[in-house]
Amino acid sequence: MSVKSAPPKPQKAKADAERELARRTRRNAWDQKLSPYLYISPFFLLFALVGLFPLAYTAFVSVHDWNLIGGKGDFVGLENYQQVLQQPLFWKGLRNTFSIFLLSSVPQVLIGLFLAAMLDANLRAKTFWRMGVLLPYVVMPVAVGMIFNKIFADQSGMANALLAKVGIEPIAWHADVLASHIAIATMVDFRWTGYTTLILLAGMQAIPNDLYEAAVVDGAGRWRSFRSITIPSLKPTIIFVVITSTIGGLQIFDEPRVFNQTGNGGSDRQWMTVTMYLYELGWGAQKSFGRASAVAWILFIIILIIGAINFKITQRISGTDSKGGK
Amino acid sequence: MSSIGAVEQTAGKGAARYAQRRRDRATGVGSNRRGGWVTYTILTVVLLISFYPIYYTFLLASSDAQTIAQNPIPSLIPEGNFIDNVTRVINSDIKFWQALWNSVIVAVITSISVVLFATLAGFSFAKLRFRGRRALLVFVIATMAVPTQLGVVPLFILMSNLGWTGKLVAVIVPGMVTAFGVFWMTQYFEETLPFELIEAARVDGCSMIRTFWHVALPAAKPAAAMLALFTFVASWTSFFWPFIVLGSTNPTLPVSLQLLQASYFKDFALIMAGVVLATIPLILLFIVAGKQLVSGIMAGAVKG
Repeated sequence: MSVKSAPPKPQKAKADAERELARRTRRNAWDQKLSPYLYISPFFLLFALVGLFPLAYTAFVSVHDWNLIGGKGDFVGLENYQQVLQQPLFWKGLRNTFSIFLLSSVPQVLIGLFLAAMLDANLRAKTFWRMGVLLPYVVMPVAVGMIFNKIFADQSGMANALLAKVGIEPIAWHADVLASHIAIATMVDFRWTGYTTLILLAGMQAIPNDLYEAAVVDGAGRWRSFRSITIPSLKPTIIFVVITSTIGGLQIFDEPRVFNQTGNGGSDRQWMTVTMYLYELGWGAQKSFGRASAVAWILFIIILIIGAINFKITQRISGTDSKGGK
Repeated sequence: MSSIGAVEQTAGKGAARYAQRRRDRATGVGSNRRGGWVTYTILTVVLLISFYPIYYTFLLASSDAQTIAQNPIPSLIPEGNFIDNVTRVINSDIKFWQALWNSVIVAVITSISVVLFATLAGFSFAKLRFRGRRALLVFVIATMAVPTQLGVVPLFILMSNLGWTGKLVAVIVPGMVTAFGVFWMTQYFEETLPFELIEAARVDGCSMIRTFWHVALPAAKPAAAMLALFTFVASWTSFFWPFIVLGSTNPTLPVSLQLLQASYFKDFALIMAGVVLATIPLILLFIVAGKQLVSGIMAGAVKG
């Protein structure tokens, strides 16, 4: 500091300077102490207000008679849960959600692995190919749903026209339960497979080449080294992909909502998902926020359980192939 | 790699590159496998699958209802009705301009806000020492897996109590922070911003906030830009919450697009013209910044 080189000052000025320095040091100490909390507080405050609080408060709403217009009513205990669980429509929604989720996420991870292995090669114009697989990601799910609603139209749809060319009978993509689930799973995978592929590709590129070289020396073929080196090394990445797709997949709403013009999930509710059911309870004819909250809370618990199971299974599957090799 | 490194040291960069290339050809597995024609063919097919539905939408948007009904597989050459159909979308009662403007406002504000708050918090988590830091950071990471969408009912109650239903602020405020953003910026600062730089600024008499503004923020630019991109895309494409809280009176693009299908469900030329209009902005963004999106996803994956 400049204290040393400063010319001699009168006594008063020196005292002032000392006081100023002390003040600054004190302020500095506070700055150092408080700033970290100050900087993280906007996130925590906002997230608590618009993220965590509503989720927790859902449990409170779910044990009350609560109407969209009338507001809060009596405490009813678990009655909302009982009523929801007695509705065949809820179980149908749950079945549809799981069916669509499995039909989309299993092929998505498998195709993603395959494409990532393709992209992992030493390619010309790498970025071009990577951007190519990612392109559908920028199309909004509602738009994807509307495009594929037309492609999978039961009459004069492109999918059936193509099938007819190879001699396959037309499929009732909307009327049939399984076919409608396949159509919606296709939409999900159209938008997300490229994204998943890039995540898996990043994981693959982090695998050290020495491992592959050692495998070649040991006489392993391409498939063998993919199974014994690539897959086990990708374990954390695959777990990450599976868990994120579970959280998203079980809440699916956009694509099935626009798979027909009324948004009711089909004449027989054959593709109505749990989140669509939640919406219908809360904002449809019933306007029952209590029951909608019960559905939300049930789905939340299901997601937690499935997440945990996923974690266990993925760990085991990708663990068996790699005895000691990590 | 070590032997290649040795080549580089003893014989220069060109020789190292040559050695690397020879080795690639020899091993032929993993990242070093050279792409053969099979790989290129498969990737070309994938590219066509990625691209075709978007082009298909444009083909239908340039056609008319009758032609579409008669030809389930549209001819690859667009017809001349695109401008006409676009005009009809704009003149329909889905409030196209308002929806477009709303989408822009929401996406821009949430992107700026997410980046600002995530950068602040990330700087604090990565570079400042304070009590409870680890626990709070673990909490942030854990919340990334929380399906906050399931809190819609109380969130809606909150918004109606505030009188915000039907107003953009009801969509903006819940989108202003993301746990992912904080995690992302924390990671970036931890890896790239040296402590020495912060200490130097502090010794020079910078307050914390000035250190953040003049040292951390400029250093965070690449990661912040990527975070802004992803937030923009997420906001532009989001449907569930805007659909619930805004409704058809003051819609964002996905909400009004869905209205188009609900009210003109037989007129596919019109519907697809709407889809094209809603998609074009992000396609443009993709052309400009697709590379950043790709590397952003790949960077996030390695860390996550």
